[in-house]
Amino acid sequence: MSSTANQFAARLTHVAKNYKVGTVDVAAIKDISLDIPHNCFAMIVGPSGSGKTTLLNLIGCIDAPSRGTVEVCGEDIGSLSDDALADFRARNIGFIFQSFNLVPVLSAYENVEYPLLMASVPAAERRERTQAVLAAVGLVEQARQRPNELSGGQKQRVAIARALVNEPKMVLADEPTANLDSETGAAIITLMRRMQSDFHTSFVFSTHDPQVMLYADEIFAIRDGLLTEHKPGDH
Amino acid sequence: MLLLKIAFRNILRNRRRSALTTSAVAVGAAAMLMFGSFITFIFEGFQTSVVQQIGHLTVFHKGYFLFGAGNATAYGIDNYKEVMSAIANDPVLQPLINVVTPTQIIAGIAGNFEGGNDAAKTFFGFGLLPRDRDRMRQWNEFGAGRVFPNDSRLSQDDETRGLVGVGLARILALCDALKIENCPSPPAATQTGGNAHRLPRRNDVLELAGREGTDKAGESGQLPRLDLLSATANGAPNVVSLYVAGTDPKDTKEFDESFVVMHLNLAQKLVYGREEPKATSIVIQLKRSEYMERARSRLAELLKARHADLEIRDFIERSPFYGQALQLFRSLFLFIAAIMGVIVLFSIINTMTINVMERTSEIGTIRAMGARRRIIRRQFLAEGSLLGAIGATAGLLLATLVTLMVNHAGLSWIPPGNVSPNPLRLDLSGNLGLVVGTWIGLTLVATLATLIPAQRAARLPVVDALRHV
Repeated sequence: MSSTANQFAARLTHVAKNYKVGTVDVAAIKDISLDIPHNCFAMIVGPSGSGKTTLLNLIGCIDAPSRGTVEVCGEDIGSLSDDALADFRARNIGFIFQSFNLVPVLSAYENVEYPLLMASVPAAERRERTQAVLAAVGLVEQARQRPNELSGGQKQRVAIARALVNEPKMVLADEPTANLDSETGAAIITLMRRMQSDFHTSFVFSTHDPQVMLYADEIFAIRDGLLTEHKPGDH
Repeated sequence: MLLLKIAFRNILRNRRRSALTTSAVAVGAAAMLMFGSFITFIFEGFQTSVVQQIGHLTVFHKGYFLFGAGNATAYGIDNYKEVMSAIANDPVLQPLINVVTPTQIIAGIAGNFEGGNDAAKTFFGFGLLPRDRDRMRQWNEFGAGRVFPNDSRLSQDDETRGLVGVGLARILALCDALKIENCPSPPAATQTGGNAHRLPRRNDVLELAGREGTDKAGESGQLPRLDLLSATANGAPNVVSLYVAGTDPKDTKEFDESFVVMHLNLAQKLVYGREEPKATSIVIQLKRSEYMERARSRLAELLKARHADLEIRDFIERSPFYGQALQLFRSLFLFIAAIMGVIVLFSIINTMTINVMERTSEIGTIRAMGARRRIIRRQFLAEGSLLGAIGATAGLLLATLVTLMVNHAGLSWIPPGNVSPNPLRLDLSGNLGLVVGTWIGLTLVATLATLIPAQRAARLPVVDALRHV
């Protein structure tokens, strides 16, 4: 573990990521270095195709850089095997997706409980933590409902609860309000902001919605795979 | 448990697809179970028929089994009563044995010279004890054969009585006397058939028998009489009278046209005359077929210690057709099982490949949340196994239903080696090995079929999986 462990939730140093589309190499991230502090509400902003999602994938340890180093919670993820990366994600990172990505055959309660089952948390503790986080996002009443019985906002609340139930050091959200109406989106952002504060974790999410940016502690603006601006948020 | 719960719910998620897949497995399982139980029934019936006739184990003089047909008398067991007593009283064998009985095999010429007849034909005869024959014919361990009532036509006390094959009765012009239906009498000019030029004629036989040619009724009342001519152990010709009490039809024409069964004493008298009688074999019928290896092993010990000149043969060795038919039907079953296995394999591969494709994004989500590849692999394997298990269980239920219907339909069939029909009865409950084997086999095939799609799912890059729409 490097010395950045206590300073930053994530540190990217000269990171590049190329994709092969057919026979053509496409540079999604050209050269980005950035630090994301602990316990902050950070946003990666930029237009479509600027590399926001790729950057989140790299920080979330679900993709590997073509060049450069990615340290998350002090761990150089390039040195970890696939299984070690999976374990690392289970312990340290929560994900919230634009399309909610709930497991359709599980109830809201079971979706939230799922990461705890993977981490082999004892049943009693699992129950307690699941109920607590469902209560925190205001979904106790809907706990037994399947995703197809929930509204978009409720689904995203379940996703937030699922991302937080393991008490990760960092939660990544890829345009979490894009599929919600503005009122629900605002409510979700407010909830996430509160959760970030209550759970003492870092939230990093991508957006191009100026309204959402108002909630940020840190804003990283990227364009064409390059970091164009890093500034404190208005919050 | 979570794996199974999710697997089960995912199966219900695509009800129509899952129903089609499990139906394919169910039909495969039902076909295997039905065919397997039918084969078992055939062989239980066949085995019953064989064991009723020749028992499970037979003790012969060494060499008889291979060479005795050429000269049966040379291989007689001369102290057979002592051997039988040793077998019957052995403390290990005693509880296993149903019947121990001697038999005498004999070949010669049978002639009907009564009532103006002049018909003769070579015969192949069996001398046995009628009481033991009755007991052997009531053996029906599996309930798949026909239980014969005591046959009063043969008598333990009247050793002159016997039975003949329907074909032999026809050739020897006994049809009218025995009141056999659909049995024409031979034309007068050809009454002795093609053998007329070389078979002994009426006067030769009567002279040998020391009779005057009077057609007096024998001890057996009005039964038609045959004169049986054979060579004694010393090579001298000998004749005895057999009063034919009826027919015992045989399944092959040649055998039916030469078959004679008679009392052991009469057969011994024909072969050994006034000498000390011997027996060709000692037949042992066990209470259950499953005792055969144990009984054979003990019998071998017993004979080795006291009767080293004897050998043991089981009914499969004595009835090669049984083994051949068993092999044929086993091959057929394996062929059908292989076809069903391939159908199940491709049905499951197809279904699970579509399932993986449809759930690619879900796989990416679970992997992103920290699931190792093996969790994804196990999840799909559990789903494939469950599809197989549900299908196999449905197949078992279907097979049980069809079995009940078949058993209540009152169908019958003639097993190999029989001439009379037996009720057709399929039994799954007594076929636990087949049921469990089919269930486990098809579930395993389903699991194996899922390996490739499951492996593909586990190897999906997380980012690509999440990007999948």
